[in-house]
Amino acid sequence: MDTANFFLQALLTADMTIRVSVVLIFACLAGLFSERAGIFDIGLEGKMLISAFFTAAVSYQTGYIWYGVAAGIAASLVFALIHGVASITFRGNQLISGVAINFLASGLTVVIGHAWFKKGGLTPPLSDAERFHEITLPFADTLRDVPILGPIYADVISGHKLLVYVAMLIVPLTWWLLYRTRFGLRLRAVGENPASVDTAGVSVVRYRYAAVLIAGVLCGLGGAYLSTSQGAAFGKEMTAGRGFIALAALIFAKWRPWYALMACLLFGFLEAISNLFPNINVFGLFEIPVQFTQALPYILTVVILAGFVGKAIPPRAGGEPYVKER
Amino acid sequence: MANAQLKERQETAAPAIELVGISKAFGPVQANKDITLSVARGSIHGIVGENGAGKSTLMSILYGFYKADAGEIYIGGKKTPIPDSSAAIAAGIGMVHQHFKLVENFTVLENVILGMEDGPMLRPSLAKARKLLQQLSDEYELSVDPDALVENLSVGHQQRVEILKALYRKADILILDEPTGVLTPAEADHVFRILQGLKEQGKTIILITHKLREIMEITDTVSVMRRGEMTATVKTAETSPEQLAELMVGRKVLLQIDKKPATPGADILEVKNLEVTDDKGVKRLKGISLEVRAGEILGIAGVSGNGQTELLEVLGGYMPASGTILINGTEIDLTGKHSDGQSRRKRGIAHVPEDRQAEGLIMDFAAWENMIFGYQNDPAYNKNALMMDNAAIRKETAAKMERFDVRPPIPALQAKNFSGGNQQKIVLAREIERNPDLLLVGQPTRGVDIGAIEFIHQRIVELRDEGKAILLVSVELEEILSLSDRILVMFDGHIMGERDPAKTDEKELGMLMAGMETNGGAN
Repeated sequence: MDTANFFLQALLTADMTIRVSVVLIFACLAGLFSERAGIFDIGLEGKMLISAFFTAAVSYQTGYIWYGVAAGIAASLVFALIHGVASITFRGNQLISGVAINFLASGLTVVIGHAWFKKGGLTPPLSDAERFHEITLPFADTLRDVPILGPIYADVISGHKLLVYVAMLIVPLTWWLLYRTRFGLRLRAVGENPASVDTAGVSVVRYRYAAVLIAGVLCGLGGAYLSTSQGAAFGKEMTAGRGFIALAALIFAKWRPWYALMACLLFGFLEAISNLFPNINVFGLFEIPVQFTQALPYILTVVILAGFVGKAIPPRAGGEPYVKER
Repeated sequence: MANAQLKERQETAAPAIELVGISKAFGPVQANKDITLSVARGSIHGIVGENGAGKSTLMSILYGFYKADAGEIYIGGKKTPIPDSSAAIAAGIGMVHQHFKLVENFTVLENVILGMEDGPMLRPSLAKARKLLQQLSDEYELSVDPDALVENLSVGHQQRVEILKALYRKADILILDEPTGVLTPAEADHVFRILQGLKEQGKTIILITHKLREIMEITDTVSVMRRGEMTATVKTAETSPEQLAELMVGRKVLLQIDKKPATPGADILEVKNLEVTDDKGVKRLKGISLEVRAGEILGIAGVSGNGQTELLEVLGGYMPASGTILINGTEIDLTGKHSDGQSRRKRGIAHVPEDRQAEGLIMDFAAWENMIFGYQNDPAYNKNALMMDNAAIRKETAAKMERFDVRPPIPALQAKNFSGGNQQKIVLAREIERNPDLLLVGQPTRGVDIGAIEFIHQRIVELRDEGKAILLVSVELEEILSLSDRILVMFDGHIMGERDPAKTDEKELGMLMAGMETNGGAN
């Protein structure tokens, strides 16, 4: 493989990595907000799925992508609210509530989709107006000829859809919100020791709901990206476990925003590899089967969840409903 | 002159706090009954009472954690409803809880400003708090590193952070719930100096404690609560610990145990060069050697976390260690492969664990089920290989409960439904009634009422007088001093020295507990 070709392949991989990481980044940050406030959220998957469906369906029906996105976020928010009511107001088990949301989304999308479009649970393919467009950043074409940096700017950084840039901006925004603002301080405190917030005269319930609803919005964006940017229609179970991969990335990142970005890019990279180079030939000796490369993100998930990446200490009040003690 | 002015102000000003007719019920339990209390401005007011007497409930009402069913609160003479904690903070009330309400992985500064930030951005609040903290730490003896993470601070420093939190919120009235429970004597003295300083600045302090010595030492007035009622309020100078104890319990209580001098016999337990390394690779026991003789109580003093827990767990058979332990002259297995709590009990070692709710009992099990743990394979409890003889166990439990005055004496009641003192009596009954050669007992009276303490202490001394060996681990120095025949002080996994209880005092022990050598080790 000559250098030029290798460079081209690397650019292609980097570009693909970003494209497929975006869903993970949205989901991972959603989980970060929720879990930092002490609410475990394994319903990321379900919220993204329901949003992916409603974004595609409403976008198709109205012909406007933004109506679709609004519908997707609204659907995801409803599910977030269900999780909030179950686990904050009624102090239910957060894991069970999350599982229920995943089942609900998985079933509802197919049932509603079938009744609506009669296509076996799929939505019809979306036209260009019903999807996000690629955005060419300024000077992308003029700078393309600059050696090395030019193609990186023009092909990897420029030319993505709007939600890609939104996701990239939300990472620093999350960091700033968590560590530089009053809201962030209280949110983190609620996840670590809710009693400290309560005795300081601040409502624990309000902050937990805020966190859960932010997670709802972010999952909504993740789902919207999936069916209108990465894909061009809703397909049954199209989230394909990405909500869970995002949770693994969250643990890998030890609940910190910048590390979450890195972890999601790592998972995205593995997915990109399996998309671009399904059959890797190892020195002409043997071929790594496509099934293996496709399984890589999931294998990494299992490895991370089994605790091979060092000790990850979750927020201390995570998973526990807050009850005032006597 | 300043004093005269202060006095005049106290007499003319309205009381800092006035509670009138406060009542609060949790279901059928009346936690507070028609409580009336008046606390003078600039005074230290103590509140004593047994567990469940309603002290904490009353303070929670004052701090807005609970809403009273009836009654009124006046702050500085003005009627002030306190529906939630932010109302209490606004009224100038600050509270230092028994279990600190701190975020462990936040810095001191972040903890101080939490809930009192000046605006949506943190930076200006942090800068302001840093300045104010500097002032406060100069004014009172409240120095803490503002940038330290709370989890890296000692318990004493964490408590200072709690006090700073209250002062940052401009509290005029400070409530402290059992502030010295987890402190060394030196740290406790320090807190009292801080409180004295705050009082001189005109702050009002309410001190909840069960330690009568502290009440006598620092308070101006003291109120006694019993079964949800305020039974008396007296000037501290005009009362005595004995009178307060009687008011708390409702009968005369012996605060000092009557015990004859020990007549020790042969060594029952010999420990040589015991070492334990925990799973983080930290040495928790560093070459412990000791012996306990028949007919004596060996007391082990120390701030919790200096290896006492590990020592008890090794002896009790559920922590592996290296070194030698002899029971009645024969060596026992320390690898943990051939021993557990049950095999140790067969060797005559009974164990009353430090944490009765986690290790001594299963809280959801009935008293009679709890009564056989560690002895469940005893033929007396089993009909055959499959069936247990529940009727026999219940009968025996009822008899043991009777002898140990467990209230209520109902074998079928779940362990969690007994009070702390009665839970402890169940554990003691189970272990003592098996007639062991050696009794390991950890924190026998932690969270136990003063009346039950008397009973438990008497039982331990009786067992000694029957010629049994007793190893007592306690963080309560009063308890160590009054029960032990010999005292060892543990610090950082080793033994600082042995003292004779008749020839030492809390001050000397306190220094040893803090790792400082004293020159009284000659005895």
